[in-house]
Amino acid sequence: MEHAHHVEHPDMYDEESSKIGMWLFIFTELLLFGGLFIVYSIYRYLNPEAFHLAGEELNRTIGTINTVILLISSMTIAMSTTALRKGHKKVAIALVVVSFVIGFAFLVNKYFEWGVKFSHGIWPGSEQMLAEMSQGEILFFGLYFVMTGLHALHIIIGMIIMLFTIRGLAIGKVTIKRPSMLDNCGLYWHLVDLIWIFLFPLFYLIH
Amino acid sequence: MSEEKHQHVVPYRVYVIILIALLILTFSSVGITSIELGEYTVAAALIFAVIKSFLVLTYFMHLKYDKLYIRVMVGFVFALFLVVIIITFLDYLFRT
Amino acid sequence: MQTTSAVNGANYLTYQGKYKGLLGWIFSTDHKRIGLLYLYSIATMFTTGVLLGLAMKFELLAPGKTIMEAQTYNATFTVHGVIMIFMVVIPGLPAVFGNILMPIMIGAKDVAFPKLNLLSWWLYVLGVMLVLAALLFGNGSPDTGWTFYAPYSFKTGTNMLPAIFGAFVLGFSSILTGLNFLVTIHRLRCPGMKWTKLPLFVWTLYGTAWIQLLATPVVGITLVLVALERIFGVGIFDPALGGDPILYQHLFWIYSHPAVYIMILPAMGAISEIIPTFSQKHIFGYKAIIASTMAIAFVGYLVWGHHMYTAGMSGPAQYYFSLLTFIVAIPSAIKVFNWISTMYKGSINVQTPFYWAISFIFVFMIGGLSGLVLGSLATDVHVHDTAFVVAHFHYIVFGGTGFAFFAALHYWFPKIFGRMYDKAWANTGWLVFFIGFLALYTPMFYLGLMGMPRRYYDYLEEFHSGNILSTFGSWVMVTGFVIIIVNLIRSARKGAPAEANPWHGKTLEWTIPSPPPVLNFETEPVIGENDGPYNYE
Repeated sequence: MEHAHHVEHPDMYDEESSKIGMWLFIFTELLLFGGLFIVYSIYRYLNPEAFHLAGEELNRTIGTINTVILLISSMTIAMSTTALRKGHKKVAIALVVVSFVIGFAFLVNKYFEWGVKFSHGIWPGSEQMLAEMSQGEILFFGLYFVMTGLHALHIIIGMIIMLFTIRGLAIGKVTIKRPSMLDNCGLYWHLVDLIWIFLFPLFYLIH
Repeated sequence: MSEEKHQHVVPYRVYVIILIALLILTFSSVGITSIELGEYTVAAALIFAVIKSFLVLTYFMHLKYDKLYIRVMVGFVFALFLVVIIITFLDYLFRT
Repeated sequence: MQTTSAVNGANYLTYQGKYKGLLGWIFSTDHKRIGLLYLYSIATMFTTGVLLGLAMKFELLAPGKTIMEAQTYNATFTVHGVIMIFMVVIPGLPAVFGNILMPIMIGAKDVAFPKLNLLSWWLYVLGVMLVLAALLFGNGSPDTGWTFYAPYSFKTGTNMLPAIFGAFVLGFSSILTGLNFLVTIHRLRCPGMKWTKLPLFVWTLYGTAWIQLLATPVVGITLVLVALERIFGVGIFDPALGGDPILYQHLFWIYSHPAVYIMILPAMGAISEIIPTFSQKHIFGYKAIIASTMAIAFVGYLVWGHHMYTAGMSGPAQYYFSLLTFIVAIPSAIKVFNWISTMYKGSINVQTPFYWAISFIFVFMIGGLSGLVLGSLATDVHVHDTAFVVAHFHYIVFGGTGFAFFAALHYWFPKIFGRMYDKAWANTGWLVFFIGFLALYTPMFYLGLMGMPRRYYDYLEEFHSGNILSTFGSWVMVTGFVIIIVNLIRSARKGAPAEANPWHGKTLEWTIPSPPPVLNFETEPVIGENDGPYNYE
C-alpha cells in the first residue's frame, strides 16, 4: 500500500470462516476427551464394582454446585454475544466479566475438592492408594484426576481467552462487524460446559 | 466476502429459558440417580446428559441458527465417536 | 487489492515484506513461502532419517555386531521411525504441496488463516527440536520403536518425555494445518469453482484434513496419558495397577492407522494430477476417485485393529477388523484402475514426473497386495513382526508416499522455483533410485516369509544372502537420492527459466506465471460452466 516493495497481505477476515474454524477445533477437543471417555467406559465395564465403590467417595454436592455454576456462566457468555449484536458494548463486556468470575469460582471449588482428596492421601501414585485400594479403584481415581484435571486446564484456557476478548471488546477490535472473537470465546466456553455435562454424571452420579 | 448478512440475534429470553431447562434436568438427574435403579442408573444419567448437551449445542452454541452443513459436521463427529467406541467394545465384550 | 499493482513484477520468492532476509521467510504468512519452509525442513529431516536407515542396513550386512550394539540399533530404528513418520510422511505432501498449491488450485489468494499457518510451521519446528533433544540429552535415546507401546514406554530408563511431547506438538501442528485447509476449501473457492470442479489433489487434501483433524487428538491424549504414567504413575496403562496395555494399542492405532491414509491420500491426489496432464486426457472416473477418496478416509478410520491381531484381542473383534481391512482395499484398487484407464489411448508425454507416477503405481500395487496378506488373520499370524511387515509398509509409505512426493516435486518444481531442472539427470536419478528401492525392500518380503523377525540387530546365518542384497540396494538407492537432490538444488539456482505451463496442464496453477506472483492472481479467476480441471481436447 505505502511502498513499492512493502507487501501487505490481504485481510482474510470472514465471519463464517472463523466460525467453522472454531467448530473444527472444537471437534479436536471433543475427540481429545473422547479418547478419555473410551478409556473410562472400558475400565468401568471391566471393574463395575470398584467404580461403584470409588464413586461414592466423591462429593455430590460440590459436583452439583459446579454444574450449576458452569451452566449459568454458559448462559451469561451466550447473552454477551446477543448484547454485542444489539450494540450494547458495555453489557457485552460486563457479561464476559461475569462469566470469567464464575469460571474462577468453579476453579476455587475444584481446588477445595481436590484438596480434600489430597488430605485423605488420595492422589495419583500415592502410597495410600497403592496400599489400600483395589486395582479398579486406583483406575477410577487415576481417571478422575486426569479427566477433571484436563477439564480444569480447559477452564483456565477458556478464562484466558475471555481476558483477550474483554480487551478486544474494550479497544474496539471486536465489534458488531467483527464479532468472531467473542463468538468463538463463547463456543469454546460452551465446549468446556459440554464436557462437564458428561463428566459430572460419570464421576459423581453413577454409583 | 460478506454477502450473506443473516445475523440472527437470539433474544436474551431464549437463553434464560434454556438455562432453566438445563437446571431442571441437572436436578432431575441428581434425583433419579439417588434412587436405586441398579444397572439402569448409567442409562438414566447418560440420557439426561445427552438431552442437556443437545440443548447446549442447539441454543447456546447457535447450531439451530447455523447453516445445515455445520450441523451435519457436528452430527457426523458425534456419530463417528459412537462408532469408534462400539468397535473398541467389540474387543472387550468378547474377551475370554 | 491495491497492492497487486504495486508489486507488479515481484514474485513470492523475491518480494520483500515487513522483514528482510531470513526473517522475511520465517515470519512470512505467505502460503507459498510457508510451503517452502516445510519443504526445506522436511528435506532435512528426511535426509537424517535416510542416514539412520543406511546405518541400520549397514548393521544388517552381516550377522552379529557389524557397526553397532543392540541398544544402539534399538535407538536407531526408533528414531528413524519417529522422524520418518511424524516429521516426514505425515506432514509431507499436505504441508509442502498443499500449502504452496492448494490455494492457487482453488483460485484463492491465501489460506483462510495465514497466521495460523505460520504457527503450524513453528510448532513443527518446536516438535522437531523436542524430539532431537530426546536424542541428544538424558539417559540415551528412546528405544521403544516409534509406536511408544505401553508398558515399556513408561518403564524404560531412556529419555522418553521429550520425544512424547515432541510427537504431541507435531500432532498439534498437523491438526492446525488440517483445520486451515478445511476452512480454506469450504470458504475460499473462486466463483464457479464448484465441488465437482475441484482438482483431485484438493479433494484428497480435503479428505486428509478431516483425518488429521479427527484422528490426531486421540493419539494426543494417549501420549499425554503415557507421559502422566511416567511422571505420576497414574496406572491407566500399567498392568500392575489394573491398567490394560492393549487399550493403549487400541488408542494408539485409532490414530495411527488413519495416519497412514494421511500419508497416502495426498499422494494419490498428486498422482491423479500428474497422470491426466502427461496423458493429455480427461481423468477417467473423476467422481469415482472423489468417492473412493472419501470412502478411504472414512473406512480407514475404522480398521485400526489389524495392527493388533497377535496382541490378544477377542475373536469377534479380529474377524471384524479383518473384514473391514479387505473392504478398505477396494477404493484403493478403484483408483489404480482409474489411473490406468486414464492413460489408455491418451497422448502420453514421457517426462520425469510421469516416470515417478508409473513407478508409484507399480510399487503401490505390490505394497497393497502384500497388505492383503497381512490383513487376513491366518497369514498375518505367520508373518506378524517379521521383515515382511517392514517390506510391506516401506513399499506403501516410502514407495507410495515417497515416490509420489518425488513425482510431485518434479511436476511442480518449475512452478515453484520458476526454473526447469536438467531432465536427463532427473531421469537418471529416478532410474537408480527405483532399482535401489526394489533391491532394498524386495528381499525383505522373502526374509520375512522365511521367519526373520524385525527390530533385531542380529540374525541367523541362513538370512545372510537376502540381507546382503538389501544392504547393497540401500547404497544404490542413496546414490539415486543424491543425484536427484543435487540436480534439483543446482536447477533451483541455475536452471533455465521455466514457462508458465511447461506440461500443458489445465489446473489453475498453470494459468499464472512461474514462480507465482505474491497474491497469486492478478484478477480473481472465474470458472465457467464448461471449464474443468481436466478438460483436455
